[in-house]
Amino acid sequence: MKRPAHLVVLLVVGLAAWQGCGGEYPQSALHPSSDFARRLDGLFNQIFWWAAGVFVIVEGILLYTVFRFRERPGGPRPQEIHGNVLMEVGWTLAPALILVAVAIPTIQTIFVVDRPTTDEDAVVVEVIGRQWWWEFRYPELGVVTANEAHLPLGRTVDLRLRTADVLHSFWIPRLGGKRDLVPGRENHLWFRPDSVGVFWGQCAEYCGTAHALMGLRVVVDEPAEFEAWVTRNRAPAAMPTDPQARAGQGVFMSNACVSCHAVRGTAAQGVFGPDLTHFGSRLTIGAGVMENNLANLVRWIDSTQHVKPGNLMPEVQLDDQQVAQLAAYLLALR
Amino acid sequence: MATAEAMARDHGGADHAGGTYAGGLWSWITTVDHKRIAILYFVTGFLFFLIAGIEGQLLRVQLARPDNRFLDPDLYNQLFTMHGTTMVFFAGMPLIVAFFNFVVPLQIGARDVAFPRLNAFSYWIFLFGGLFMYASVPLRAMPDGGWFAYMPLTNIEYSPGLGMDFYVLALLASGVGTIAGGVNFFVTILNMRAPGMTFMRMPLFTWMALIVSILILLAFPPFTVGLVFMMFDRMFGTHFFDAAAGADPVLWQHLFWVFGHPEVYILILPALGIVSDVIPAFSRKSLFGYPVVVFSGVLIAFLGFGVWVHHMFSVGLGPVVNAVFSGATMLIAIPTGIKIFNWIATMWGGQIRFTTPMLFAIGLVAMFTIGGLSGVMHSSPPSDLQQTDTYFVVAHFHYVLFGGLIFGLFSGFYYWFPKATGRLLSERLGKAHFWLTFVAFNLTFFPMHFSGLLGQPRRTFTYASGLGLDLFNLLSTIGAFLFTVAFVPLLLNLWRAWRRGEAAGPNPWDAPTLEWTTASPPPHYNFAVVPKVDRRDPLWHPYVAPGLGWAGELEPGGASPRLQPDHPPAPVHMPDPSYWPLVMAFGMGLMTVGALGSLALVLCGLAVTLVGLFGWAFEPPERGGH
Amino acid sequence: MEGPTSTGIPHRKLAMWTFIGSECMLFGTLIATYMIYRGRNLVGPYPDELLNIPFITVTTFVLLMSSLMMVLALSAVQRGDAKGTRIWLFMTPLFGLIFLGGQYYEFNHFVHEGLPLSKNLFSSTFFVLTGTHGAHVAGGVLWLGTLWLRAMGGKLDARHTETVEIAGLYWHFVDVVWIVLFTLIYLLV
Repeated sequence: MKRPAHLVVLLVVGLAAWQGCGGEYPQSALHPSSDFARRLDGLFNQIFWWAAGVFVIVEGILLYTVFRFRERPGGPRPQEIHGNVLMEVGWTLAPALILVAVAIPTIQTIFVVDRPTTDEDAVVVEVIGRQWWWEFRYPELGVVTANEAHLPLGRTVDLRLRTADVLHSFWIPRLGGKRDLVPGRENHLWFRPDSVGVFWGQCAEYCGTAHALMGLRVVVDEPAEFEAWVTRNRAPAAMPTDPQARAGQGVFMSNACVSCHAVRGTAAQGVFGPDLTHFGSRLTIGAGVMENNLANLVRWIDSTQHVKPGNLMPEVQLDDQQVAQLAAYLLALR
Repeated sequence: MATAEAMARDHGGADHAGGTYAGGLWSWITTVDHKRIAILYFVTGFLFFLIAGIEGQLLRVQLARPDNRFLDPDLYNQLFTMHGTTMVFFAGMPLIVAFFNFVVPLQIGARDVAFPRLNAFSYWIFLFGGLFMYASVPLRAMPDGGWFAYMPLTNIEYSPGLGMDFYVLALLASGVGTIAGGVNFFVTILNMRAPGMTFMRMPLFTWMALIVSILILLAFPPFTVGLVFMMFDRMFGTHFFDAAAGADPVLWQHLFWVFGHPEVYILILPALGIVSDVIPAFSRKSLFGYPVVVFSGVLIAFLGFGVWVHHMFSVGLGPVVNAVFSGATMLIAIPTGIKIFNWIATMWGGQIRFTTPMLFAIGLVAMFTIGGLSGVMHSSPPSDLQQTDTYFVVAHFHYVLFGGLIFGLFSGFYYWFPKATGRLLSERLGKAHFWLTFVAFNLTFFPMHFSGLLGQPRRTFTYASGLGLDLFNLLSTIGAFLFTVAFVPLLLNLWRAWRRGEAAGPNPWDAPTLEWTTASPPPHYNFAVVPKVDRRDPLWHPYVAPGLGWAGELEPGGASPRLQPDHPPAPVHMPDPSYWPLVMAFGMGLMTVGALGSLALVLCGLAVTLVGLFGWAFEPPERGGH
Repeated sequence: MEGPTSTGIPHRKLAMWTFIGSECMLFGTLIATYMIYRGRNLVGPYPDELLNIPFITVTTFVLLMSSLMMVLALSAVQRGDAKGTRIWLFMTPLFGLIFLGGQYYEFNHFVHEGLPLSKNLFSSTFFVLTGTHGAHVAGGVLWLGTLWLRAMGGKLDARHTETVEIAGLYWHFVDVVWIVLFTLIYLLV
């Protein structure tokens, strides 16, 4: 019987790929980098090994039975066995006991991860999901940004999740499990990042056309770097010095950009799109769609509906020079 | 359809006097015979299955490599919505109902279902529902809110256009037929069992059909209400899911999953029933622990109503709610495990024949186990927070619904095909079909466990290349195309059976239940003499006893003789064909179309419906009857 | 053709009971929604400003009386009393029609008082819940009216006891549902 052999091979290959991965898995649930994610991963591992044990036993017995009792020519008619109380009680109790072994840590973990933090030092971040980008507000620090949150290493984060339109789900696998953003409710997540790095996240509740491109980045910084980031991001935008960027500012202010975007310190105070005050310092464009550099930014401005189909930014009619100027301005907003 | 029709004509014709089928299209349109309705359901459901399969393959092409641009996101979203909705409502459900229709009356020794014309109505309204939903394709208005259609994304504000209206109305229409079918099979199984067929002598498939009928009756109404709310919110501006008006959009999720989770058991329990009949037949050994298998089915169905929140662990309903529903969900693993152990114990000590139906049945046991185990992983809410809405869950439910439901349906298809058509299928082609399907299935869906855990969310038309997902997605896509190859032997097999299939005889498998006592295909009236039953698996214990309507001897290991007389001793009254069910279903179909925006058409449809209803009510079930 | 059934209950009667079971889930869901949303209305008009309890008490009484008529109709059919059958089979749907007229008046009145269907959460839940019940009453009126016409044509006698009994099952169920609605919507306002 080759059939379950396939499975075993696949399982082994898969396990190897999973355990021995040297590569980068920036969005993996199997590479936890916070206390929350580690708890979930620990529980998952526990259940996984129970399941693996049951898998081997059940499929093993099945294979053996199928092989051992295959039809033999001229064999006698099998004896009827209508049941065996002892065995049936046995295979009712065995799974029940395993489930108890799974249920106990499950319930412990539920109550641990759902317990509101009492940490006075926690960083409060308001997360607002929008079609199809993320707004982050740090009410105690006076920072507003989009699609990229910075968090300090080793401090508890207190996330408050809301949505401006439809359901979304906030998910950064390496920092923990997902939680939905529900109209009319405020949801919470608490965790403490324990390694520095850039972690990828993504909306995990289907939210319409560009759902797949509603990504985000969370950058966990050393505390000092985080403080520096806060200081920089609290400040209004600096006037650009480069003439190209200056011209770009003119383009920005005289076009439709200002009706949706805000650049603090200027006349642009739009609220429908991401705050661009420090756009140039962000890692990605368009909610994780692509790396933030000049070439990509030009593409984004030029053909945003091609890069991220369905997104709510209209394609602005600008000539090539204006686009270049605008990109220079945005990248100068550091 | 041509195949089945030709076979029915070939074999149902002259050799059954008194049970003669009239031929031709009209006879199919007006048929009230459960066996023919079964064929209609099967062929329609199978076509929808193929369409939804192609939709799935298109999704896989798009995901073959990162940042692919084969489908644009809107089309991708429409296709996954159509794939899921079609598979559940227009492929899975009708295929199951096809088996209910064909097998249940034969297994309980009845001549038809309790309400033959209602049965035809159920089919026609289901067909209208399916056609109506697919009318959105040429109109370029396919629904795109997902089969789960979460509010408020599916409200008019975020989903303008007709797409979600097609979804709502198609499911409302076909839901009427499903509930009618639930009533019909519930009454049939309760009321039309042959003398001596007590509940604890019923074959397992019939048992599961009974349980599923109850599930349909209890689970579909909440969904119907949810759909009505959605329709009113979309069309008449009500506020059932409008947070700004004080409502809670999560109500939709509750209504959907109060239905949606039992729906999973509506789909899977019949497949488990099929396997519970097939495994004993090909192990030459009665089902081990029959009462336990029956009651574990009952228990699964009962618990199935108390676990819906496990689809909503990430909503943030609080630790107590999550803990309670987690516990309830884990409980379901116990009766499910019992079934698996009882199947293995049935094979233990048997003489296992590796026929195609048996291979699919063993495949189900092996694959459904995997789906069950990954299910336990996300019955634990903390673990589920990393898995829900990822490809891990896609892998899980395909192991349950393909590895369980579809393997079970194929097992049943190969098992009862000779009974339905009178012809044998080729075992060699059947086995090729099984092995190809088995490999394609695992190649498609096993890698999804990994892509999910590595961070690939569901319902995303693309993924970035830096996530480590490329290989797993490519494997899945290759597997999806292998399914096409796997269908070749199936089609060849059907063609071969049609051209030169060997005659099956009444009981080609030496199987033990009542359907194998009558001719293949069964005459119009099923049984010349209504059988009497004095035990489970009656054909394995044949003896002549006074008062038993049939008798026969078994040669050990050989085909059993035909146990029914060739002709009924007295004329059998069967219900006449009727076109009124079609008229009524057509009227309701018109109302459904009209609901897209034409009050006149709704009223017109209502009139036709009433005409159909009255025509039906005042038509005697059989001419010269009573 | 039907012959004896395994349970001893005729197919159609068992089907009606089954259907009623399913209908309980339908109304259960509608009622649960109404109750969950009760008091969550954010804009007026509010139920206590509009609901006219004395008026609905009267129409409720009429609907309850129609159940009594139904019992009398069944009894007349069973006794083979053709005249009684005609009278009571006329009265039952007539009382149902009066109830529906009351509902029509009430809906109309609400709309005039500034509560169209799309007004607020109360209007949404109230109209859909009571409207679904009204549609069930209307279906019952049509059914019983047909039976009355058959009785007038002399085509309904003691042989059709079961038919009338099943229509009665449905009618009583619809009335019982109304008692629940009346209590939850009007008396608990």
